[in-house]
Amino acid sequence: MKHFLLATTLIFSAPAAMACETVTIGDLTVEHAWSKATIGAGRPGVFYVEIKNSGTTDDALVGITTPAAGMPMLHETVVQDGIASMPHAMSVPVPAGQSVQLAPGGYHGMLMELTTALKEGDSFPVTLSFEKSGEVTVNVDVLSLRAEGPDCADAGQ
Amino acid sequence: MLGVGAYRTRNRPARSEVLPVPIGQMTWTLTDHQGRLVRPSDWAGRPVMVFFGFTWCPDVCPTTLSDISLWLEELGADADRLIVALISVDPERDTPDVLAGYVSNFDPRIIGLTGPADEVAQAAADFRATYRRVDKEGGDYTMDHTAGVFLFHPDGRFASIIDFHEDRRFAVPKLRRTLS
Ligand SMILES: [Cu+2]
Repeated sequence: MKHFLLATTLIFSAPAAMACETVTIGDLTVEHAWSKATIGAGRPGVFYVEIKNSGTTDDALVGITTPAAGMPMLHETVVQDGIASMPHAMSVPVPAGQSVQLAPGGYHGMLMELTTALKEGDSFPVTLSFEKSGEVTVNVDVLSLRAEGPDCADAGQ
Repeated sequence: MLGVGAYRTRNRPARSEVLPVPIGQMTWTLTDHQGRLVRPSDWAGRPVMVFFGFTWCPDVCPTTLSDISLWLEELGADADRLIVALISVDPERDTPDVLAGYVSNFDPRIIGLTGPADEVAQAAADFRATYRRVDKEGGDYTMDHTAGVFLFHPDGRFASIIDFHEDRRFAVPKLRRTLS
């Protein structure tokens, strides 16, 4: 039970504006972090985010950790010959001067072994590990299962 | 949503060599999310939109169902005659109750269908859809599955497929052509 209590205190209700927070590390800007509500804790959750590299050196997202899931992983949804699969992605390239999105239908964080169900309106932290820039933690806003992305005033999308 | 388009276009389009059989020639019997038996003959005379998926799927399936919900909203009452069904490729976990909890998150015109493994296999064969179980460490598993959305005319003839990566601007016009 101790583990369960720890998990519930790490997942808290927060205003929806959270997803619009921007964090930076080195030349990287990380923003628009969001997730979808899950039905129970048995199903995997998902993690989407946008990363901008304003530097002159290529970097790569090599892993994610979060107190919300026992086994978080990077995946890429691939549709080949009409069949969708989502293999493990060893890393997500973040080339110099470019933006990369973990977004529906492409790269995503797969949050397996959720410690608790993700509810719309909740928020939880995810730490992203970059090959060159190191680690940075961002707050992830849980939107509805139907959501297609966060509604940020400065979203620019 | 530019990023979504960018990622989807990286994927190759569906190329099915064999077309789905007309609804009237299909032979599956499935159970909907309210526990009622559904047969292809129940859909006679109505346009049909079918998608294969499973409720443990965190990315492709909710994304497709969100897209479908938006298309239905755009079509409004024009889509009221349209049969819209998610057929589960994971009947082991997707019971009618589980499907009911899932489809309630989307447009209320979307129904969930599940059934015994051999009936799901029959449905996939009739639609020329494929799926396979992918086992992961620790006994967990996921499913690879056909991601396109199948459209049929009211007389049961196969109309077209809306590919997963397809620009959504083309989806509603395609749907309108199917409805009439
Ligand atoms: Cu995944």
